[in-house]
Parts: sequence; C-alpha cells; structure tokens
Amino acid sequence: MRPSLSAFLSGLIFALGLGLAGMTDPANVLGFLDIAGDWDYRLAFVMGGAIAVHAALRPLIHQRAQPLFAAKFPSLPASKPDSKLLVGAALFGVGWGLGGYCPGPALTSLATGAFPLLVFVPAMFAGFYLAQVLQARIGVGAGSQRPGTPRVGATPAP
Amino acid sequence: MTSSILLPLLGGALIGLSASLLLLANGRVAGISGVVGSLLAPVRGDVAWRVLFFAGLLAGGLLLSWLRPGSFPAPSAPNAGGLWLLAGAGLLVGFGSRLGNGCTSGHGVCGISRGSVRSIAATLTFMATGVLTVFLVRHVL
Repeated sequence: MRPSLSAFLSGLIFALGLGLAGMTDPANVLGFLDIAGDWDYRLAFVMGGAIAVHAALRPLIHQRAQPLFAAKFPSLPASKPDSKLLVGAALFGVGWGLGGYCPGPALTSLATGAFPLLVFVPAMFAGFYLAQVLQARIGVGAGSQRPGTPRVGATPAP
Repeated sequence: MTSSILLPLLGGALIGLSASLLLLANGRVAGISGVVGSLLAPVRGDVAWRVLFFAGLLAGGLLLSWLRPGSFPAPSAPNAGGLWLLAGAGLLVGFGSRLGNGCTSGHGVCGISRGSVRSIAATLTFMATGVLTVFLVRHVL
C-alpha cells in the first residue's frame, strides 16, 4: 500500500460508514437532535461504534515508533478548552441543527449531485475560508497549518 | 429494536476503522473539516493526501448511491427560504468547525477516542446548540 492509496481508502471507508449509519439523511440527524419530539436515538450508536473501534485500535497503532508512511504521529494540543474552541463549536452546532448536515455527510452526499448539496457545500467552504481569514487577521493560528509561517524546525510532511 | 441499531453501529465501526487506517498509514487525524478545510490554505507537501481523502469520500458517495440509493434522501425542490436557510447552515457549519478546530469526526470521534478534554467540551457544546436549534425550529418558531 502507498500513502496515496491509504488516504483514498480511508476516505472511501469513511463515506461508506456514514451511509450505512444513516448520517447522509438529514432527516435522521434532525430526528436525533430533536430530543423534545419523537427522539430518534439511533445515531448515538454511530458515534458510540466509531469511538469504540478507534479507541481500541489507537493504542495498538501508537505502539509503533511512527506511522507507515509518515515521519511522526500528530502532536495535538493538550490545552484546556478556550473561547475560540467553544464559540466555534457552538456556531457549528447551530448550523448542524439548521441543515442536518455536518461536513463528512455533506461531502459524501455531494457525489450524488443533489441540488441541496450544491448550495450547502459551497457555503460550507465559504465558512471554512472566512474562519481562516479571521484567524489570520486576529493573529491566532488556525491549528498548526498556517501557510507562510512554518514553525522553526518544522519538517514538511512527507 | 436490535436491528435498528445494527446499521448505525456497523457504520460507526467503519468510521472508526477509517480513522484508524489514516492514523496508522498517514499519521493523520480523520477530522473532515480539518482535512478538507486546510485545502483552502495549502501547505507544500501537505496537499496530496487531503485531496485523495476527499476523492475517497466522493467515491464512497458514488458507490453508496449505486449500492444503497436509500442512503440519500430524494432531492426535493426547496423553496427560496429553504435555500437561504441551507446556505446559512452551510456557512455556520464551515465557519464554526474551522474556528473550533473540528467537527463531529475530529472532536466527536477522534478527540473523544483519545480522551481529549478540548474535544469532549467541543462535542458537548455542538450537541447542545444543535439540540437547542432543532428545538427552537421545530417546537417554538
């Protein structure tokens, strides 16, 4: 296997998982979020199943010194939640509740060419872009991926 | 009852498997908003795997629409109000997930799997505002 194939396969399996789980139908998602109505609890098992599998495999993967095709495993912030994280998550939740799509299902459903996605997905990319512009403007790094300002000693990902 | 949760569980397991494959092979976190959103601010040498993951998502969507067309609701002809709402929803989903450094997959699946306090806080927050939004739209307005 090569890094390009593994990335492609990972996206493919992710999409199949979303479809089987029912996440690509916004009616299911909105039914899950509607706890005051006729609550559809089933989608709780999607996150449950995903977390169970990944939480079980993650420690095994990290027994390796490095990933198969990369120099190192990701180093992720261990800091406490901050206002940027919480405001972002809150706004994301409002959009999720309005449309019934989060990014994965929206992109997977885009493959069908269905009209609602041709509106939702470009708007979502506009949102990605605006957040990146805002974060560059206020001087808070968008994760560690800000272009043009590589960290000292940072090596480019293979 | 049991059969109705079987597909969600199986689908979730596949998502967990996908995240594990990406971590094992590419050393990357399978957070969709981060993987795809970062393509708008490309960093040299960090583009190909993102494009290929995105292509895999689309290919999976095509495969699903062929194997299980019921995975996707029949496209309806939304009225103008519906379209504006959908555009606003997309903007909020994109903006919020980038500002908050993750969405359902990055925080909800990968973050919680490693016990990240930030991800647990983010997940509780977007679940809460999602529930609140649906409550307002369906039961108040």
